[in-house]
This record gives sequence, structure tokens and C-alpha cells, in this order.
Amino acid sequence: MSPSTANSTLAGYDDAPPPPRAWGGSWRQPSVLPGFGITMGFTLFYLGLLVLLPLMALIFKAMEFSWEQIWAAATAPRALAAYRLSFGAAFIAAVINLFFGGLVSWVLVRYQFPFKRIVDGLVDLPFALPTAVAGIALATLYAPNGWIGKLLDPIGIKVAYTPLGVVVALVFIGLPFVVRTVQPVLQDLNKDVEEAAASLGASRWQTFRRVIAPSVMPAALTGFALAFARALGEYGSVIFIAGNLPMKSEIAPLLIIIKLEQYDYAGAATIGSTMLIVSFLLLLPINVLQRWSRLRSAEV
Amino acid sequence: MAAGKTHKDRKVSPLTESVAVRACLIGLALLFIGAFLVLPLVAVFTEAFAKGVGAYVDAIKDPIALASVKLTFIAAAIAVPLNLVFGVAASWAITKFEFRGKSLLITLIDLPFSVSPVIAGLIYVLLFGAQGLLGPWLHSMDVQIIFAVPGIVLATMFVTFPFVARELIPLMQEQGTEEEEAARSLGADGWQTFRRVTLPNIKWGLLYGVLLCNARAMGEFGAVSVVSGHIRGLTNTMPLHVEILYNEYNFAASFAVASLLASLAVVTLLAKGGLEWRYGHELAGSRG
Repeated sequence: MSPSTANSTLAGYDDAPPPPRAWGGSWRQPSVLPGFGITMGFTLFYLGLLVLLPLMALIFKAMEFSWEQIWAAATAPRALAAYRLSFGAAFIAAVINLFFGGLVSWVLVRYQFPFKRIVDGLVDLPFALPTAVAGIALATLYAPNGWIGKLLDPIGIKVAYTPLGVVVALVFIGLPFVVRTVQPVLQDLNKDVEEAAASLGASRWQTFRRVIAPSVMPAALTGFALAFARALGEYGSVIFIAGNLPMKSEIAPLLIIIKLEQYDYAGAATIGSTMLIVSFLLLLPINVLQRWSRLRSAEV
Repeated sequence: MAAGKTHKDRKVSPLTESVAVRACLIGLALLFIGAFLVLPLVAVFTEAFAKGVGAYVDAIKDPIALASVKLTFIAAAIAVPLNLVFGVAASWAITKFEFRGKSLLITLIDLPFSVSPVIAGLIYVLLFGAQGLLGPWLHSMDVQIIFAVPGIVLATMFVTFPFVARELIPLMQEQGTEEEEAARSLGADGWQTFRRVTLPNIKWGLLYGVLLCNARAMGEFGAVSVVSGHIRGLTNTMPLHVEILYNEYNFAASFAVASLLASLAVVTLLAKGGLEWRYGHELAGSRG
């Protein structure tokens, strides 16, 4: 899903009237519109049944085991290697996406070129293409006899079935997150400021570095964080190209599945809980970044 | 035309880059898009027809492949309408009323997006599986959820849970409550108000959300993979069938089934682009 919706979900809030503090002791403001009880009731029921209760099951299941078991499962060498790969590859991929996503947004907003609309639409491909399809396509392209692998093999670069392959898959998955957060901000950027900078004698590069980049930075970091968070949990596009060697190219989500297949529920629940806690912790900086980004773009 | 030197084209316009810089940036961006987005898409279709049209048709007409197509459609046919109803109900409650804890509720609705698909599958296994919290009870009732179709449907519902709500909440927030309040004061009942006033305002946003929800429902791999049990012809969806064929080195057949999913993705992107282009102002955040 496009991160722009995440922005606008919150952005919509700015236009809403500030919620009054006291509604006569009630937890909601009286309204002439009907249907609050039934829609809210259904929302909470459905949310609880489908999302919250099952998520609690994970924590409950992890708690069935002793601290020693949990600690042993969470810090087993194979688990640590998997975290290292998942975090490391997700981070590198997000950095690559920060650069190329920024570049693609810039080119799409500022320049005219043929088939621009198609290129713009293609950016969302990783959101629409099933991850397994992306996975087998990337694995085939980067295999030593694949279209891209064939070019890289003679110069000694092996991508498929190595940690580098994991990065490639995560770059594919993360690109739209950066583009779709940076693009709207770049679009709304006020050209007057750039004119002012130019009239004061700034070179184009100085203008970019001192005027444009700081205004776009919060959005770019939001996109970075969203791409990173998505990459951490990604499974389908990675497992085909990764090679999945324990300790070497085995990502954390795959290790969860392997533990499940071995009926090691303590291991699966522990690694799962660890990943879950990390992704919740990531939500906090993402929300802060989005708020900062909105303030920033409101200023400019 | 301006040459590559900076001082020369500064005279042309101080607000853009020289032609050479522009060409380089566009070239680099297109190269990146080409290598990372276009090539994989092209590879899917090329590999699908690598053994000829006959092999392609055979791979798709295979009864197990058809069973996987059917299961994918069943899962989407259950998950998408339910999430649609939920999305509309949640957006109505959230955007038409003011209450405490609203932003917490929105965060909770967004939760499934920040959870790894594998964990989405895992939580249902830990809840409904043989070793799960409710496993013994389900077993005594002779109900099987994990490694069966209900588990696949549940996992699909989980990963596509926020799509419609996420599209509608910002849109309905922008639209406010005035029109609905006017309808009420003119004597319309709640259902009439929704059907005659709200629904026409949100229909394109609704379609947009359903489109994305459906694409994800049909393409979901990780979550479904955990709960499916991979029983051929019974609990394999299309993405899982793609995986099995690929792991058996049956590449042409694997890509043939994958090409159906890739076509769905392309159709989704085209429809999405069309909606943004035609009705951009009626979508959330005024896209397009």
C-alpha cells in the first residue's frame, strides 16, 4: 500500500477541528448522524477478532515457555545471524532506495520525458506484483546464467544465492515507499524559495543542497523508515534469490517458518515476538517523522 | 541550446539544471527503473513462453493449477467483501464522529501493515494449530482451520485488513459531515443518508481501495504459506503453486502461472492509474 495514504490519513487530521476536551462526561461528542453504535461496534469486534486476539496469542504462546528457553531461542547463533542479515540487508536496501527513490521522484516531478506517465505508474509495481512472482523473476535474472547475472558473473560479482541477492530483492520491494513519500512533497515545494536563492547568487547545486534537500529531508527519512520496516518482514521476494543457507543467507522470517516446520513453537514464537516488537518500535519514529514532515512542508 | 557548462546555462534559467545534467539524471533514473522494475516483469512473460505456447497452455490447464486458481479466487471473494464492509463501517465511525482514542484506533487498524506476513501466518498457527491455544478445543469439535481453507482465508483477511479503511478514512475526513447533516435535517434516515449522500462521494475511493485490496489478496504469499500446509490441489493458492513448481525446477510452468498473477498486477496498475487520472480529485489526498 502506498505510504502516501499513511500521510494523508494523518494529514486529514490537520483539517479536522481540534477535539473538544469535555463532552459532558461522555467519551464522544454528540452528533445528529446515526450509526455510531453499530459501525463502531462492528469495527471493534472485527478488529479484535481478526487482529488483536491473534496477536495476543503470539505473546501468550511465547509466555508458555521459561525465560531460559526464550532467551536461548532469541539469542541462538542461527537466530542472531538471521537478525543480522535481515537488519543489515534491510538497512542497505533502504539507503539505496533513499538515493534512487529520491532521484526517481526528482526526475518525475521536475523533468519532462517520453513515457513519463508509464514510468510513474510502474513505480507502484512492487505494491501490485505478488512477492513470489517478483522473487522468482529476480532469482532468474540474477542467477549466473540470467540476463543480469551473466553480465556480473565475469567480473566476479555473485548476486543470486548470496546476501547481495537479499539486498536486491529488498531494493525492489522498498522503492515505491520512498518515491511515494518524497514525490508529493517535491511537487508542493514552493519555487519562490529557489528563485530567491538563485537571485542571491546561489549556484544550482547550492540551492539544491541548502534549500531543496532540507525541505525534502523529513519526507525522505519517512520513506526510508517505511522501506526499512517493510524490508525487515519481507519474505516472498527474498527466499527465491537468497539461497537460504543457515548462518549465511537465511532471513529472520524464513527462520520462523523453519522453526514451525520443526515443531519448535518456542523458537518460532520467540523470534516472531522479537520481530514484532522491533516493528512496533519502528512505528514510533515513523509517526514522529511523518508529523515533522508535515510541519516542514506546511512551512515551505 | 545550453551547453554542459554551468555558467552558460545559468543564463538560460537559474531554476533548472543544464541539459547534460538533466539527461544524466533522467538516464540514471530510467536505467534503475528498467533494471529493477521493467526487467523482472519482462522476464516473467519471457520465461513463461520459453517452452512455447503449448507448454504455457498445458501448465495453466493442469488440474492442480486450476485448483490453485479456484482457491485464490475463493479466498479473495471472501476476504475482499468482508474487508470492504469493515472499511466502510470503520471510516463512518471514525470520520463522522468525534470520540476519544480515535488516533489509537487508526493506529490499530494500520497494524497489519507493519506486521511481517510470516508473523501474520504464525499468529493463526499459534491460535488455531494442533499445538495452538484453541487447537485441542477445535480438534474436539472436529474443525480444522490450519492447513485448510479457513486458515488461508483468515491469513488473507489479515494482510488485506486495512486497505479499504486506509483509503476511505482520509477521503471522508476531507469531506466532513455537513452534507450528511443536511440530509438528516431534510428527513432522510441513516441508510438513505449513506446511500444517497455518502456513497456517491466516496465511490471512486472505495473502488480504489478494493482494487488494491484484491491485488494483495490474490497475491499474498508469506502469510498464506505458513498456514496452508501445501497440500496440492487442496490448500495451494496460485502464489504457492508458483513456488512449488519453481522448487521442482519446472520453471516454464512456474512462470506460466506467475504470468497470470503478473497480468493481474498490470491490470491493477492500469486501473489504478486510470482512476487517479480520471477521478484523482475524488480520491484521498487528491491523487493524480
